[in-house]
Amino acid sequence: MKYWRKPLDFDEVKIPHGEVHIIAERCKGCGFCVEYCPKDVLEMSEEFNRKGYHPPKVVKEGECVNCSLCEMICPDFAIYSVELPDVKTEPDGAQAVAGDGS
Amino acid sequence: MKADPAGVLTGAHYLDGDFACGEGAMAAGCRFTAGYPITPSTEVVERISRRFPMMGGTFIQMEDELASMAAVVGASWTGTKCLTVTSGPGFSLMMENIGLGAMMETPLVVVNVQRGGPSTGLPTMTGQADMMQARWGSHGDYRLIALSPQSPQESFDLMIDAFNLSEEYRVPVLFMMDECVGHMTEKVVIPPADEIEIVPRKLTDKPPGEFLPYKANGNGVPEFARAGDGYRFHTTGLTHDERGYPVMSAECQEELIPRLINKITDNVDKISRFDEENTDGADVVLVTYGITARVARMGIDMARKKGVKVGVIRLIVVWPFPEQHIRDLASKIKAFVVPEINLGQMVLEVERCAGGKAETILVPHAGGGVHNPQDICDAILRAAK
Amino acid sequence: MSVTIEEVEAAAQKHPVAPYLRMDRMPHIWCPTCGIGTVMKCYAQALEEADVDMDKAAIVSGIGCTGRVAGYMNLDAFHSTHGRAIPFATGVKLGRPELLVTVFSGDGDLSGIGGNHFIHAARRNMDLLVILVNNFIYGMTGGQNAPTTPLTAKSSTMPFGNFEEPFNLPHLAASCGAVYVARWTCLHTRRLTKSFQEAIDRRGFRFIEVIAPCSTLYARLNRLGSGFDLMRFYHDSAEIKHGADPKEVGIDFQDKIICGKFIDEDRPAMHERMDAHYKKVLGDKYVPMPPEGGWLHE
Repeated sequence: MKYWRKPLDFDEVKIPHGEVHIIAERCKGCGFCVEYCPKDVLEMSEEFNRKGYHPPKVVKEGECVNCSLCEMICPDFAIYSVELPDVKTEPDGAQAVAGDGS
Repeated sequence: MKADPAGVLTGAHYLDGDFACGEGAMAAGCRFTAGYPITPSTEVVERISRRFPMMGGTFIQMEDELASMAAVVGASWTGTKCLTVTSGPGFSLMMENIGLGAMMETPLVVVNVQRGGPSTGLPTMTGQADMMQARWGSHGDYRLIALSPQSPQESFDLMIDAFNLSEEYRVPVLFMMDECVGHMTEKVVIPPADEIEIVPRKLTDKPPGEFLPYKANGNGVPEFARAGDGYRFHTTGLTHDERGYPVMSAECQEELIPRLINKITDNVDKISRFDEENTDGADVVLVTYGITARVARMGIDMARKKGVKVGVIRLIVVWPFPEQHIRDLASKIKAFVVPEINLGQMVLEVERCAGGKAETILVPHAGGGVHNPQDICDAILRAAK
Repeated sequence: MSVTIEEVEAAAQKHPVAPYLRMDRMPHIWCPTCGIGTVMKCYAQALEEADVDMDKAAIVSGIGCTGRVAGYMNLDAFHSTHGRAIPFATGVKLGRPELLVTVFSGDGDLSGIGGNHFIHAARRNMDLLVILVNNFIYGMTGGQNAPTTPLTAKSSTMPFGNFEEPFNLPHLAASCGAVYVARWTCLHTRRLTKSFQEAIDRRGFRFIEVIAPCSTLYARLNRLGSGFDLMRFYHDSAEIKHGADPKEVGIDFQDKIICGKFIDEDRPAMHERMDAHYKKVLGDKYVPMPPEGGWLHE
């Protein structure tokens, strides 16, 4: 995210990190979570679940900010996110810290 | 347990049947009533709405009878004893949620002060033509209990039985009065509260995790949990399993519906009530109920004076019908005579149970008045030949 | 990090909504891209955020797709008859006044067959939270015309397009005396949750209309794509106007949807008014119904 100036509380605000949990067998493939994830963490997978739907999959590991919008909008209670404890260094060098210009 | 004294107006009173019925409900512990005005039943809720605020009861006049009936089913699920009151046209509207009450197994009482029908009919005049509607009115298979009082005193007394039966078997109980009984004013003696026996709501003592809202006990009646006690139960008008969850299958239907029926039919002996008089050695037995039972007294006396041996069965609990008793009598007598203020309803039950072993003679009346006792006498004489 | 869970039952219990739902009844019956599940999630979230005592909350539904909500909520739940959810809930509320009673049902149920009950409950300011999910059509019975179907929209009983004026439900509720009236679409999950939460804390007849997609019938009969496309449409066409005159918020076919909180007043609910009135006119003789219900024990 790009800021035109550095926010005054930049050093205090920590953007949370979330871990997305997908209950693939509950998914009916509506795609709401993929469409409305503000960080584009999700994509529809090519795979089928047992009912023949394509559940979502995480494509941007580490970018989830635990906003829980996927959890709120999912009509089938098939996805939720869990806040991760604050991590200093990102796995795979993923850029999930605000202000890094991504 | 004994009645709550707050609802019992102990003493001798001069009351009409509608008022007595209302007093009976309050004595029985009824504390929620929803109703919609309709002649000739309205006096019942007028009485109740005047007395309820002094005993912790709530009366609400709903927008129609559909709503009244739905509200009493809802309120009963809070453990509160509930009543609604109506007459023919309103009774028709209530059928939908009487079915819901049967399906959800909800204790409640519905009073129908019968008037002349069909449709708007004779609003201020008497009838007994809703008896089959009481039995079959809502769609699908179910069994309910229906009582029929013949006097203001009985409107009081039987109201308590009506509430007790509804609690015992978890069914809507229909209280089939008629305009004559409703508007007849007589002496009504209301006993002290500690002489009135009340069946309380049978609340489960199981903890929430173990409780199944539709698991029947030995007598086919499930235990009750009321809303707000932490059971978080589910109940539905759909065919459901023991958890109260909908199950759309013939198997589940086969399990549920026969139980709803059997909890009544298996207990007919306990539920059934009728007055029986001089049936031993009788040639003719009169089967009657409600106001007609009183009118018939004169016809019976007239026939007895002419030497006919007449017995009487007066139905107090009309549904379930005392089938076995009528069957037993049928082989001992010549004929049944059934006077009723309709063109042939309960007579069909008598005829069915008589099974051709005894003749069955209807004494019809289209409604708007009561029988001429001479007609009843004539029918008895005809039957005795 | 992400987790794709195979053990459905175990995972379902870990879902944050699990305490509020009957997870043993999932998956629910609603079609893919139907919005009712989202509305239910928002309601569950609001229960959590408003810190509602779940043991003292009851939910009543009528019949239809949305009528199934009661069956999925982990509360004292009543799936009543078609159109009768409001009077049924009236009985529950008056029978045990301490309960929070929510009516959760569809547009056909509450404003069609149950329309009379709706206006009267609003008039007497019955203490009910009424959540109406409006998908503009009778979904469960196969897409027949509803009292909310917009003009010219097709339904299976108006195959050439609807020519009857639909209800403007916030206007109907407001003009009958509802003290809280709001409308959202099921895309507005945050605002909807907040609105539910706000309404839970109010008293009296609170009405929230939620526009939700019906992909199987409304979208298909009108060639609008899937529920997903309808969600996109809400995104483009919903306009938030708090305090808008309810008279002005009618919905035309595939036209803008005015959302927001239209009415928020404080008036005593029916049972509060009854109590106050009887106290005034009857004085010490008045015995109110106990909060836990009518006389039950010796």
